[in-house]
Amino acid sequence: MWRYARYAIPVAIFVAIGGFFYRGLGLNPNDVPSALVGKPMPKFSLPTVTDPDATITSDALQGKVALVNVWGTWCIECRHEHGFLVQLAQAGVPIYGLNLRDDRASAMSWLAQLGNPYVTSGFDPKGVAAVDWGVTGAPETFLIGRDGNVIFKHISPMTPQVWRHDFLPLVEEQCRAGGCEFLAAAGGR
Amino acid sequence: MIPEIGQFALVLALCLALVQATFPLLGAALGRTEWMALARPAAAGQFVFVAIAFGILEYAFLTDDFSVEFVAQHSNSALPAFYKFTAAWGGHEGSMLFWITVLAIWTMAVTVGSRSQPEEFASRVLGVLGIVSAGIIAFSLLTSNPFLRLAPAALDGNDLNPLLQDPGMIFHPPMLYLGYVGVAVPFSFAIAALLTGRLDKDWAKWTRPWTVAAWLCLTIGITLGSWWAYYELGWGGWWFWDPVENSSFMPWLMTTALLHSLAVTERRGIFKSWTVLLAIAAFSLSLLGTFLTRSPVMVSVHAFAADPTRGLFILSLLGLISGGGLLLYAFRARALEAEGGFKLVSREAFLLANNILLVIAAVAVLFGTLYPLFIDALGGGKISVGPPYFNAMFLVPVLPLCALLGLGMHSAWRTMSADALLRRLKWPAVAAVAAGVILPFVFFRTASVLAIVSITIGIWVCVSSMLDPARKLILRTGAPLTRGHFGMCLAHFGVGVFILGATVASAYNLEVDVSAKPGDTVKAGNYEFVFRGMKRVQGPNFVADEGEFELRRDGKLLTVLTPQKRVYRVQQNPMTEAAINTNPARDVFLALGDPLGDNAWSLRIQVKPMISFLWIGSGIMALGGVLAITDRRYRQLRQKPAVRVEAVGAA
Repeated sequence: MWRYARYAIPVAIFVAIGGFFYRGLGLNPNDVPSALVGKPMPKFSLPTVTDPDATITSDALQGKVALVNVWGTWCIECRHEHGFLVQLAQAGVPIYGLNLRDDRASAMSWLAQLGNPYVTSGFDPKGVAAVDWGVTGAPETFLIGRDGNVIFKHISPMTPQVWRHDFLPLVEEQCRAGGCEFLAAAGGR
Repeated sequence: MIPEIGQFALVLALCLALVQATFPLLGAALGRTEWMALARPAAAGQFVFVAIAFGILEYAFLTDDFSVEFVAQHSNSALPAFYKFTAAWGGHEGSMLFWITVLAIWTMAVTVGSRSQPEEFASRVLGVLGIVSAGIIAFSLLTSNPFLRLAPAALDGNDLNPLLQDPGMIFHPPMLYLGYVGVAVPFSFAIAALLTGRLDKDWAKWTRPWTVAAWLCLTIGITLGSWWAYYELGWGGWWFWDPVENSSFMPWLMTTALLHSLAVTERRGIFKSWTVLLAIAAFSLSLLGTFLTRSPVMVSVHAFAADPTRGLFILSLLGLISGGGLLLYAFRARALEAEGGFKLVSREAFLLANNILLVIAAVAVLFGTLYPLFIDALGGGKISVGPPYFNAMFLVPVLPLCALLGLGMHSAWRTMSADALLRRLKWPAVAAVAAGVILPFVFFRTASVLAIVSITIGIWVCVSSMLDPARKLILRTGAPLTRGHFGMCLAHFGVGVFILGATVASAYNLEVDVSAKPGDTVKAGNYEFVFRGMKRVQGPNFVADEGEFELRRDGKLLTVLTPQKRVYRVQQNPMTEAAINTNPARDVFLALGDPLGDNAWSLRIQVKPMISFLWIGSGIMALGGVLAITDRRYRQLRQKPAVRVEAVGAA
């Protein structure tokens, strides 16, 4: 028996290692959002992109189901997701922008050219608020719940697939108590 | 329009790869020659279309076509032209296409080189290569298409990662990929031999030059990578045991073991199933490297893409190719065992020890690389394994390996009298020990036990590997030296030189971190650094703060060093360009740290004795490989088809 079985040892070891890999795929090393998810969103107070004298604070988001999207004109992937964000905004989803390490003039011309999906965008040229929010880069999108907690964080561009697959179920759950007029238009039930 | 042609060419290449993967294998199994005959045309056609696809990607880079997403992400109109060219393999999608291109080149070489081999065998080899190629092309098309368009097109690109904007990037990835992918060839030979049931000396003879060729490219590729890390990362280290470095190093260790095991199989007809297993393991580890760098399993500087679909695809491919190979082995290997004995003191025995120790080293590296993953998968959280583990675990098998190397080289096949071996190597061994104990104290006044042992072993390897060539070339005694044999000796000499470099550079490294202002003089060992001043320098796509330092020894001016701190315009990340003054005896390494305010800068100064021996030693190893594959017996193999082609032409 052993004479035959021993030749199967390599394949057995291989299967064991492969199992670990399969398991490892499910564990994302970029899974940093855990630190914020389920906790109240960090407080901030920033001048807005369009008007240096106006400010946007985290209180504006309280009591709403909303998205916070981190963007910058230097970020190619942001351009990639921008069209879809505009669509979401047209459906009525409140999106708050966090403009990261940018200059005001190019940010404003970007919004003028590509459309402005944001209710309003905070201007964060030094990335101060971004640190509190644990932003690792752009684009990143946070889902804020009705209770002001961070529900979900997505790194990399927002796409229709990501919206449907990752965001909508959570949004529907948040909106169960009612009050999300946009839900049907944004593809939810 | 043009990128779509590239995309289309890649789809056609996939179709041809599928033909190459099915008909020749089926034909060989069913004995249908017309199906087997499809192997070469399919491989050639695949090569043409892959070349078109790769050429078009290069064209998109050189013409700044930012409507192609991959180009927009990895290039910029201000990027110098040759970095645009190399940017094609500077990101995930492009590097996969590059992988495919390199495999197509190897496959082409096999179609030419295998003409003297039986049709049935050659078509199986090409069939297996076709499976590998089809898998990777499908991976590229389905999960990482380099030709995807970006709508609307970007105005300008995101620029190439500044780390990769370095002349080293021209040669390091291509050589490494040639090696990585080249291991597919011995793998295909092994699978073909298992399928045929013919694991004989001929098979070993056919496989050897391909294995040496792949090993040679891996050696050069890894060396260039290490050299690049040394002067570009700005830390003065040359090996970091980073998962990606490891994933190129493990196939190297396995291929090295395979080379030695193949020698035994060819000469003596034994170790067959072991050789097959090594060939499968070497290619599995090279695919594993692809898996580790192309999936979110590991985080490292090199990980271009973090995408679970890609990881899952590669894992399935790994399962198909390596799992399939090992399964085939489980069923077939039993029938292939040959009887053939050897004595405890014989070349076979030493080569067996070599194989075992190399495999232990590879497993130690593999374990260290995967340990964080195991722990994470078992729910223990995220940890990392550092260089201390690797250094210790690696030295334990490798020091005895190198000590035995000299004995093995001077042993005869089958049996060797221990007395004869002792007589032959007594004086070289005494000389190596004497030199290893005395020299460190003469040059450096101090020595640790590890340094003495390693230096002794390094000198021992150098001396014992050159005994034979010296006797034959200088004293002109014994049989003439063949290129193959000389190549072998030279490669081992390179190992010795490498050991000396690695030991001395790490044991006697002098490192000073200081802060200095213009006008200051800093001392490090025998050297003085006079800080003349800082200035702003404009590069094509970066601005830099450049320091000017006089390097003096005993008051005499040696050179002026100009280390830079660069900021690349588009990506805005700072990069350290160290200034290095090299001569064979030592490197003086100076890197600018951060500005400390008030004109002061932090400086990192390192004096690394004999570090150039590392690269020189690896270069000598590679040179040995070149000599070995240009040996006359392989050239004769290749001349045969030329005659046949002429005959056909005449008819």
